[in-house]
Amino acid sequence: MSDTIVTIKGLNVNAGNSPILKNIDLEIPRNKITALLGPSGCGKTTLLKCLNRLTDLHPQLQVSGEVLIDGEDIFHPKQDITQVRQKMGLLSQKPFPLPMSIYKNITYGLKIKGIKDKKQLQVSVERNLRDAGLWDEVKDRLHTPATRLSIGQQQRLCLARGLAVGPEIILADEPTSALDPISSRKIEEKFLDLKNNYTLIVVTHILRQARRLADHIVFMYFGEVVEQGTPDEIFNNPQSDILKEYLRSGH
Amino acid sequence: MKNKKKLEEQIFLWIMRVVTGSIILVFFLILLVIIQKGWHALSWEMVSQEPQGGFYFGKGGGILNAIVGSLYLAFGSTFLAVLIGLPVALGMNVHWVRNKRWVNILRFLLDALWGVPSIVFGAFGFAVMTYFHLRASLLAGIITVTLFIVPIFIRAFDEVVRTIPPGLLEASYSLGATRTRTAFGVFFRQALPGFITALLLAFGRGIGDAASVLFTAGYTDHIPQTLQDPTATLPLAIFFQLSSSIPEVKERAYAAALILTGIILAISVLSRLATRKFKKNIL
Repeated sequence: MSDTIVTIKGLNVNAGNSPILKNIDLEIPRNKITALLGPSGCGKTTLLKCLNRLTDLHPQLQVSGEVLIDGEDIFHPKQDITQVRQKMGLLSQKPFPLPMSIYKNITYGLKIKGIKDKKQLQVSVERNLRDAGLWDEVKDRLHTPATRLSIGQQQRLCLARGLAVGPEIILADEPTSALDPISSRKIEEKFLDLKNNYTLIVVTHILRQARRLADHIVFMYFGEVVEQGTPDEIFNNPQSDILKEYLRSGH
Repeated sequence: MKNKKKLEEQIFLWIMRVVTGSIILVFFLILLVIIQKGWHALSWEMVSQEPQGGFYFGKGGGILNAIVGSLYLAFGSTFLAVLIGLPVALGMNVHWVRNKRWVNILRFLLDALWGVPSIVFGAFGFAVMTYFHLRASLLAGIITVTLFIVPIFIRAFDEVVRTIPPGLLEASYSLGATRTRTAFGVFFRQALPGFITALLLAFGRGIGDAASVLFTAGYTDHIPQTLQDPTATLPLAIFFQLSSSIPEVKERAYAAALILTGIILAISVLSRLATRKFKKNIL
């Protein structure tokens, strides 16, 4: 296995005439946390959504270029999109629990995979809720609606739900932006645990979060990758004026 | 300045109180009038028997034919409307989410159909029937009423499905779900209260409409045995009896109205109770 899990080559995304992502070339390292850093509207979220082809949902977006995951081009017309998406778990800015019980939220993705064995489902529910650090809080009410959980718990449920389908990559789009500091801390701790087994790609505009979490930081501005490197390189030795400016206003 | 704002608040508060009160008042007035005028004529005989000879001149019998006919018609057409309308409403918000323009054109057309008076649907159904040399029948009535309530069902349900945030769509897709699984497994559940409302709206319009069934379902004193038989309906039973000059018959029209209202209220309450169990997963 190579050290690179995602390779992006010449990726362009346009909405009508206005470019959102301009000629992105990027390699994302395996089993590390990569942070996409940058101000709002710089294309971080769009880049993240290209990785599991949620861009398909938006007809106004024209995507060109290549995104290779484990060497496979996910935009290839013959690509099985279900398989591509199950390689990745998604955490969005706000948690969106499915309108069903906690238990069924976890088994939803497993059932799509065709797993029907009750015992196996039960084992998976417990393991993934434990991995997301939610098991002890919900073990007595697995069959109550997921929407009754607090928003911090919901976000961890979404993490568990994503882990259940056995992904290689976890995509997180400002996963703590709607959470209180304690819930945010729990998510961040989980991320650090998870990087032994998963590759994490985290979109954030919070400098401190990027510093705490990331092994590799990609700084984006107006649809372009301006700079990338280790946290040390990015924070202590910024090269471009834009990044220097961004770091100054962030402190 | 402060007093002016307070006054403004008070004025609007009272306007709202008055209009809300008057809606409730109208509801109870309608109930009161039909109860007061129809209570006497309401009897076990009325709901358990078909019309006997001379019923329309005040002799014995009941309107069981119209009650059963209306229920057949309303359940049949509501069932068909859901069968057609559910995939369309979900598809508009899941499968065709990329074709916003077409979906909006479809919405516009459905709104236009919603606005078409039911007598026009009746006339259309009648024209189709005569073209195929068909007689008025339960089936023709069901089809006509279905056409009439499908736009109502789709748009009423669609308005609720539309409010579901796109994040839920993304969440389901990112777990590997297909569009159809997302539509029926997630969006339908999330919009379940809206589904019930749309269903009741369609059912209520279907069972309460007289004009669309006037030519298509016909009228008879017997309970239909097959889909090819003509059938009586409650709105027409009210219409025919209310046009009579005999007081006893007029009274029976109000009793029929009371039965019709009772059916609609009972169905509303029952379906709300039945879905409470599922709703808890959403709220």
